[in-house]
Formats: sequence, structure tokens, C-alpha cells
Amino acid sequence: MSLLSVKNLRVTFQTETGPVEAVRGVSFSLGRERLGIVGESGSGKTMTGRALLRLIRPPGKIEADEMIFDGQDLMAASERQMRALRGRRIAMVMQDPKFSLNPVMTVGAQLTEGLRQRDRLGRDDARKRALTALDAVQIRDPERVMAAYPHELSGGMGQRVMIAMMLIPEPDLLIADEPTSALDVTVQAEVLSILDALVRDRGMGLIFISHDLRLVARFCDRVMVMYKGRVVEELAAADLMAAQHPYTRGLLNCLPRIGGPRGPLPGLDRTGDWAE
Amino acid sequence: MSLIEIENLTVTFRSNGQTVRAVEGVSLKVRAQESYGLVGESGSGKSTILRAICGLAPISGGVIRLGGKTIPTPRGRDFARLVQMVFQDPYASLHPRHTIDRTLSEPLAIHGIPDSDTRVMRALDDVGLPRSFRFRYPHQLSGGQRQRVAIARALMLEPGILLLDEPTSALDASVQAEVLNLLNRLRVERGLTFLMVSHDLAVIDHMCDRVLVMQNGRAVEELAREELAGAKMTTAYARSLFDASADRMLGDVEGPHA
Repeated sequence: MSLLSVKNLRVTFQTETGPVEAVRGVSFSLGRERLGIVGESGSGKTMTGRALLRLIRPPGKIEADEMIFDGQDLMAASERQMRALRGRRIAMVMQDPKFSLNPVMTVGAQLTEGLRQRDRLGRDDARKRALTALDAVQIRDPERVMAAYPHELSGGMGQRVMIAMMLIPEPDLLIADEPTSALDVTVQAEVLSILDALVRDRGMGLIFISHDLRLVARFCDRVMVMYKGRVVEELAAADLMAAQHPYTRGLLNCLPRIGGPRGPLPGLDRTGDWAE
Repeated sequence: MSLIEIENLTVTFRSNGQTVRAVEGVSLKVRAQESYGLVGESGSGKSTILRAICGLAPISGGVIRLGGKTIPTPRGRDFARLVQMVFQDPYASLHPRHTIDRTLSEPLAIHGIPDSDTRVMRALDDVGLPRSFRFRYPHQLSGGQRQRVAIARALMLEPGILLLDEPTSALDASVQAEVLNLLNRLRVERGLTFLMVSHDLAVIDHMCDRVLVMQNGRAVEELAREELAGAKMTTAYARSLFDASADRMLGDVEGPHA
């Protein structure tokens, strides 16, 4: 059975000029695998991720024919049941460590907070678990990082701290929203291999949201390409080079490549029925 | 002769009694109408070199020469007519309460250049923005459109040299393609010299004739475009950057219909 099944997901925002649909009928199912969601800004990829956790505030509205996680209907769940799921069963890594970590708490305090409150662990046990988590994301000097404030860490370290934090409760599903966009390429490769190992070793499901088609293709099992709130193409990552959809092809072709031709890069053709 | 000559540049920042050496003994030469790239990870000092040229970072050692002459401090008006900079974040680099018209005409007013009306219109045409955008504010524009405004602003004084600090890293892939195409077209039309910073080797390769790989404030290796494309780098660090570039992981992108 699949871990997560979503049918006809819609996210609508009421605005002064009428309703705006950020996600328009997205359906997919996910097993214990790596699914990539790719799209440009405004394609609804982040909103899709947030809707899975019901993390969209009014006036935003989530509708779906079906949204079932591990046998539990997420649409019918109470706020209380959702809180029990968030973090523990489904975790989300946000894009920017600068804005997602608490600036006035040390990393150690943030990492152990959940363990102390949720799991009722003692201080020493919580500390040990946090150190193990930092070790798992290959932070070389966990003691120092525990005592540091977020502003004392580099972007890559901050991102790893967030991943460590999300992995402490050992969730079944991790939603990673652009977890590497703020990072240098070499650090990016490291963070990806950490995520990869976790999916493999713990049998976790992963939804990897990114604007970088090449990165997703390299890292995920399946790729879903979104445009204006709809899925325009879904395919196995290995078949990406053989993508048929003009939008997917456009996204691939508009990227410069090392040793590629020097002429103008092809633009994206946004005409056709799919671009409605 | 080289248009831009940087010799043994060192930039040191002091804060809280700590000394941070952002750039240490970097030398490079850029010929007129050449496009030169600086690539490296964050903290490698690549942006600091551009900022030092503009006078936004202190030069604590070494010399920067433009056209054979050491640049004056403070930089002054003549410098502004020769060198302009485009910044990374188009959301932060335009004044939020100035209209596009005011942003573009301000350099003309400072330098006492007449015909600001026609010049602003022409600038909008040049960067491919509709003239109706003239009296809009930055928040009414998308990221790509804002970066076009920033490029138009940099070109108002018709400088010979553009310093480009990650001009497309805040933009979507398709918008990045448009902005890179725009920059290349302007470079050919106006005979501009580019000094461009990016962390993306593929972008640098597409835009630049030569590239300097930097790490921890030091120059690691200078590569011509052919050497980069042919993977002829000699240092381990340059190779690791090359290997980590996402575009190398995929095969040819030639489609069935291409």
C-alpha cells in the first residue's frame, strides 16, 4: 500500500480580486521512495507540500477528493490529530535556515525542545539524542554547534541542523522544500547524500521540492513537473531526458551547460493548451 | 593592454578584534571587451573583489588599475561613468519607493546629462521592458523584470565595464536564460567588458572567456573556456567544483524533435 495518496488537491486563496487557485487538482501517490516536485516560482510546488501538512492559513483553503497518509484521512483529521502527525510522522524541512530557526535560542535548545516536551526525555538523554542527530548529518563538531546560535552557523550548517531536527522523531515522510537552494554546489552534494542515506537506511518516503530540474533528476526516483498549479508531466527520473512535454523540455533546454553552445539560450515557449 | 588590472589585492575586515582576510593576494587581468568570470563557494571572496573595485570594500594591500591608471579613492564621477555594478538580489538593489523612471534618471541628473526623457525610454527598450513600466514601482515587477531595470540603471551612464555580482542566481531557470541572453546581446552591441561573479560553473562557462577559480580568499586556478569545457583543470579544488556541477550529471539534452 502506498504511504501517501492524494487525489485532486486544490489550494485556493480568497483575495480582493476573487479567488486565486495556487494548486489546481494535483493527484499523486507516494511509496517509500523519493519523489521530486519541480517547477518555477509560483507553480504551486511549495503550496502542495504545505497542504499535505495542512499548514495553510485562512483565507487559504485546502480541498481534496482524497488525502490519505498511512491509512489516515488527512482531510478529516482534527487539529489535534494533525499536531500528532506533524513532526512525528510527517516532517518538513524549510527552505531557508536563516528564517526557519529561532534566532534567540541556541541550536541545542531547539534540538532538544521537542524531545523534552513531546517525548518527555530527561535533559541528558535529550542532549545525547540531539548530538547523535547532528552526527548523522555529518556535523563534525556537534558540541560546538549545540552551543551556537543560528547566526553563528554558515548556511550549510544551518540547513543540516534543520534536517537533523526534522529527523529526530524518525518520521515516515519527509517533505524537503528547496533544502539545498541556498547552498554551494559542494555542500549541496553532501546534504543530498545525507538525505539519500536516510531514505535508504530508514525506509523513509521523501518529497523533494525544487526549482532545479537537473538536481531533482539526479537525486529522485520519480519527477513531477508543475506549472501554474497543475502537474504537466510525471515521469521516472531516468527518463527525464526523453521527456515529451514542451514545458519540461523548455525547462531542460534553457539551462546553460559547460561546454555547451555559446548562442542565445532558448526561451520557454508558454503557448499551448497546457499553459492555460 | 589590459583594461582592468588587479595586482596582489588584499582585503581585510576587522570586527570585534578579529581580523578576517576576505581576499588575499589575488591578481588578475581583464582585456578590453573580454568577459571574465570569478567562481567559487560562498566566502571565497569573489564578490569582495567586485566590491573592492567599486570602493565598497577596503583595499588593504595591492593595486587596482583601470586602463593603466590606479583607481582614485574616493572613486568619483569619472569612475562611475566607466564602471557600473549589477547586484545579486533585484529585490534589495532597487529603491522600493522610487519609480523605475526615478531610478533610471537619477544617474543622469547627478552627471548633468540632458535628454533624460528620451534616454530613459531608450533604456527601457534596450533591456526589453515595455515603456508602460516607466512609472511603476519595483514591487509591481517580477524578479526578472527588476533585474532588467537594474541592468538598465547600470547602463544609463554608458559605462565600458560592468561588474556583475551573481546577476541571475535569484531568478528562475527560464528567466535566467532571458537575462543571460540580454547581457550577451548588450555586450556585443556596446562592446562592454564584463567581470562576472557566479557560483554556477555552467553560467560562467556560458558567459565568460576566462575564469578564475577562488577558494578562501585566494586564487586557485585560472582557466580559459576551452580548458574548462575540456576538463583540463590541474587543481583538485577546481575539479571538485566541476564534478559537483549539476549539469554534468545528465547526458545530452538534445530532444527527439531538436
